[in-house]
Amino acid sequence: MQADDTLDCVGLYCPMPIVKTAQKMKQLEKGQVLEIVADDKGIKQDMPAWAKTTGNEYLGEEEDGGEIKVYVRKTAD
Amino acid sequence: MADSDAPAAQKEKMTLVVFSGELDRALAAFIIATTGASMGMDVTMFFTFWGLNILKKNEGPGGGKGFLRRMMNRMNRGGARRLKLSKFHMFGLGTGMMKQFMKENRVPSLDEFIVMAQEMGVKMMPCTTSCGVMGLTEDLFREGTGPLAGAAYFINEARESKVTLFI
Repeated sequence: MQADDTLDCVGLYCPMPIVKTAQKMKQLEKGQVLEIVADDKGIKQDMPAWAKTTGNEYLGEEEDGGEIKVYVRKTAD
Repeated sequence: MADSDAPAAQKEKMTLVVFSGELDRALAAFIIATTGASMGMDVTMFFTFWGLNILKKNEGPGGGKGFLRRMMNRMNRGGARRLKLSKFHMFGLGTGMMKQFMKENRVPSLDEFIVMAQEMGVKMMPCTTSCGVMGLTEDLFREGTGPLAGAAYFINEARESKVTLFI
């Protein structure tokens, strides 16, 4: 999936990927897509929940070995 | 007034009562608080009883009003770096080990979580009754703490909150 920016969260556990995503999203423009790379499985549950609560769009995930890539489109302010 | 009040009024609220002063329980409280703030919520934490130990400064004497209270606050010194696990403290061995494990897994320390929460605008309010009973003054708490508030303030916040927890 094509992303405008990427955030490395490999080696981080909850809540750091969410905290960092929230910070990173502030720098993005509306409509842009952020790729988050993580290896903690919890992100597959946490990121859609974060997107739902904050009004952003969860685009899906890609798994490659132990690496999980999740994609979020900025649709909220 | 208007620009700081208007967006906050639309935000969903979360209110936590932090009664416990153990390291593990404090971590749980701050993980939830920082995550809530990251999810766009307006988070308020009320610290009461042993929970006040989390907010006490790491450095300096125990302090407090009057001789007996000063004695008690010296024994019950608090400070985020001095808290014990609720289980497996084992005279500091277990707590030290857990801190080491957290570090190895790049989990922030409680101190770091508190700073992070403050940067995110999480409000940390000490309970006035607990402070009064234990003779604690505002200067004993870390920077960014306060103001002191009572149960009515908490209940009003909780009433407006979507999430309320007692830890």
